[in-house]
Amino acid sequence: MNDSFAVMIIVATIASGIRLATPFLLASLGEALGQRSGVLNLGVDGVMLLGAFGAYYMVLQTNNLYYGLLVGIGLGLIIGLFYAFITLNLRAEQGVSGIGIYLFGLGMSDLLFQKFVGTPRPILPFMPLDIPVLSGLPIVGEMLFQHSIIVYIAFALVPVMSFVLHRTTYGLNIRAIGENPEAADSLGVSVMATRYSAIIIGNGLAGLAGAALAIELGIFQQNLTNAMGFIAIALVYFGAWSPKGVMIGSLVFGLVQAIVLQCKTFGVIPRSASDLAAMAPAIITILALVVVAKRFKQPAALTKPYVRGG
Amino acid sequence: MKSFISLIIPLCAVLLALMIGAIMLLSLGANPISGYVTMFGAAFGSLEGFSETAVKSIPLLLVGVGICIAFRANVINIGGEGQMVMGALLATAVALAFPGLPSLMLIPMVLIAGAVGGAFWGSIAGALKAYFNVSEILSTIMLNIVAVQFMNFLLRGFMIDPAEVARGTGIPQTMRLSENADLPILLEGMRMHLGVVVALLVAVGAYFLLWRTAMGYRLRAVGYNPDASRYAGISVPKNVTSALAFSGAMAGIAGAILVFGSESHRMVTDGGSTGFTGSAGFNGIVVALLAGLHPIWSIPSALLFGGMLVGANALQRAAQVPSALIIALNGLIVVFVVSSEYFKQRFLESGRVDIVDEEDTPAGGSHE
Amino acid sequence: MKKFNLYLSAAFLALILLSPSALLASGKALKVAIIAPSAQNDLAFTQSIVDGIKAIQKDREIELAITDGTFVVEDAAAAIRDYAKKGFDLVLAHGSQYGGSLKEIAPDFPDTAFAWGTSADTFGLANVSSYEAASDEGGYVMGVMAAAMSKKGGVGVVGPIEVGDAKLYVDGFVQGAKAQNAKIRAKVNYIGSFSDVALAAEAARAHMAAGADVLTGTAQMVVGAIGAARAKRVPWFGTQANQTELAPEIVVASQVYKWDVILNKIIADMDAGVKGGKMYKINLANGGIVIEFNDAYKLDASVKEAGMKAIAGIKDGSIKTGHK
Repeated sequence: MNDSFAVMIIVATIASGIRLATPFLLASLGEALGQRSGVLNLGVDGVMLLGAFGAYYMVLQTNNLYYGLLVGIGLGLIIGLFYAFITLNLRAEQGVSGIGIYLFGLGMSDLLFQKFVGTPRPILPFMPLDIPVLSGLPIVGEMLFQHSIIVYIAFALVPVMSFVLHRTTYGLNIRAIGENPEAADSLGVSVMATRYSAIIIGNGLAGLAGAALAIELGIFQQNLTNAMGFIAIALVYFGAWSPKGVMIGSLVFGLVQAIVLQCKTFGVIPRSASDLAAMAPAIITILALVVVAKRFKQPAALTKPYVRGG
Repeated sequence: MKSFISLIIPLCAVLLALMIGAIMLLSLGANPISGYVTMFGAAFGSLEGFSETAVKSIPLLLVGVGICIAFRANVINIGGEGQMVMGALLATAVALAFPGLPSLMLIPMVLIAGAVGGAFWGSIAGALKAYFNVSEILSTIMLNIVAVQFMNFLLRGFMIDPAEVARGTGIPQTMRLSENADLPILLEGMRMHLGVVVALLVAVGAYFLLWRTAMGYRLRAVGYNPDASRYAGISVPKNVTSALAFSGAMAGIAGAILVFGSESHRMVTDGGSTGFTGSAGFNGIVVALLAGLHPIWSIPSALLFGGMLVGANALQRAAQVPSALIIALNGLIVVFVVSSEYFKQRFLESGRVDIVDEEDTPAGGSHE
Repeated sequence: MKKFNLYLSAAFLALILLSPSALLASGKALKVAIIAPSAQNDLAFTQSIVDGIKAIQKDREIELAITDGTFVVEDAAAAIRDYAKKGFDLVLAHGSQYGGSLKEIAPDFPDTAFAWGTSADTFGLANVSSYEAASDEGGYVMGVMAAAMSKKGGVGVVGPIEVGDAKLYVDGFVQGAKAQNAKIRAKVNYIGSFSDVALAAEAARAHMAAGADVLTGTAQMVVGAIGAARAKRVPWFGTQANQTELAPEIVVASQVYKWDVILNKIIADMDAGVKGGKMYKINLANGGIVIEFNDAYKLDASVKEAGMKAIAGIKDGSIKTGHK
């Protein structure tokens, strides 16, 4: 194997890892936002599935990928509104209601698919969008700047969300009500309105993650996400609720997946051990967290409904 | 009055969800009334149906009881699926190793092996949380993935039925396990087997563990207020680990019972965990939380959920509706029932002073 | 009480003997149930058996019940039992993971005919048939053509887990590719999942990056791999069903299962009073496996010829595929 081929393979592997990380990143960012405001949502995977189906169906009908993304986000926002109502107004237990949302999304997306589509039909996915100049750079160009637009959106959201969380009043409010809603309330921050917005936006991102997945793959089928939403929840804990941390977690998971795939392709990992190798992303994510061993603390008010004067 | 409202409001929520389900059934061209008659008839309408329901409820109850223990110690265990798989694998290995032992020895052995396998898997997550500050939500989700791949590895490798290798068909399953390990049937000609009794005993045992032993007190104390517990000399890391070990043990027993009480009396994989567990590792969480994290109340909660699953399958066969509808409907029922809790509280509060139960949920858990 | 039972059974016996339906049994609709793990229109494994029964329905009245999407093995077992209890004539357990349950259930219903697959084991029971597909044969043909097409000397396979039908197909493909070109780099990637579509897509991209310019794959998650191949216009060989619809530009040919070939035999046996005990296999020779070409794909005549030669060789026995 000569050097240029080796470099090419490494570049392809990293690009692959970035693509694999994208849906995790979008969904984790959304979940992190909700959790920062003090609300746990275990239904991410269900929201992703509905977003994926909605986007897929829209593209099938209109052939417009951007409409697809919008439908995915829109469905996420609607479910977010519903989830906010039941967890904030009705104070439903967040762990269980999230599982309910997951089951609903899992079944409903499949049911709608069977009723309105039936046999899987492909849609044309986003073509890679080469960033001018940068995409022409050697090595880095192919690795980072020849992806579909969704990948850029996802990674661009990381600094945006960091900025919103740490540099704006809105972000400060979110963090405050996630830690101490009573204190925030007494300072005149509307706990309800802030949590509502965080949950709705967070679910919108989950819907976008699903839409991105379906459009990137150009297909929908039953349980398309394959429990990605649960991994996204796990990665929020990996990233300690910070957008940058969540991004690192998604990249670790995606890159290890890509490296394992490439090693299998070249026979570095024998076929008899292919299942053992498939454990690697999960194990390395845990180990990475053990090694880093950050002393972080979760939002103090996470999963606790807020009752004024209660 | 109190118990009446406690009962009627969740039932109304279920009815509301079923009404939405009826609209969905209508849109699929099925008759909702006869559909629901089929559903509940199949689950609770006959002794035979009830026997199916009871069997279906076993893993739900066991996982649910484990969740009760974990959540009371303020540990969120989403690793039921993986713990069931690991328990089942160890139990299966024991049955493969000692096929000749008499039932009286082999059955307890495989059940204990299941508990040990599940406890081992749970305690990994527990130790990671206690000693390395790794969130159990992260580790249990990740360990589920690991367990599934480990199952696939073993079932197509070391533990595969030699006949499958000889035939060249290579189905990833063990051989028919020793008949000595079959869980005895309780009612002639029906499915109900010893696993039902085991699950009930475990539920009662968990109740005693939580409220009648020092260990249970420590677990609840750690969940209720970790700082105060620390001052009182209770080791938080140790109790967090044991909470996940207990929780995993129950899931592991569920896994073992799924193998030795199954129709096939062997372990088989389709590549994922759901084919084996039927998602009991997740549904058990719902069962426990609907029961207010109380092991005894988990019994009717598991029966309801199990009945729904049995009825849903019967409905799918009778009305030829896609199983996806049933999954969606289950989700709706869960959402509506947890949401109805609010109205229940409102009704109860308006009538009388709230009675604070010492067995209520911990403050560190999910309620305010 | 005992006497009453006796009267009752006598009355029943009389009813059965006198009932016209018993006399006209051969004329009434055959009741067939299918229990399958994925959706009935999945363009893959489950659809193949449903299409098989539907092909027979053209000539014969069949009352068909389908319980699809039954990936929970215990739920499938309950369905098998329930259909048998409800008096279905033929119960098809269409998933190799259902066999263990069927082995225990079938003896309770000696009057019901059961068939299951893919496998080659009837458990020595008189009312169970097994069926399998010689997917190694189709795989071999595809491998020959893929190797003949490859300009870079590399072909890639995306597989789920190395078991059962998938393993058979993949091994056949590699064998065929090597037979056509001993120096071919035939790389196989078992991704470790039947359902991870995104991972399958990346596995296909990994193959392409490593120098594969013809791809194939098996199981339901390959829709992702097909999409990735389509974006790079890399030719694809399909299996289990005709996958042309998924990517008309790149699908060269598909190995298609025609289960009606053996279902007809099973039903004919049932008419003659035989409920099972036989093992069936569809293959190229008996027409149960068909290689369907995509007419829209401009295939080099020499490649097609190599494929046809392989088909002929397998049919006449001069080419041996598989493990035995």
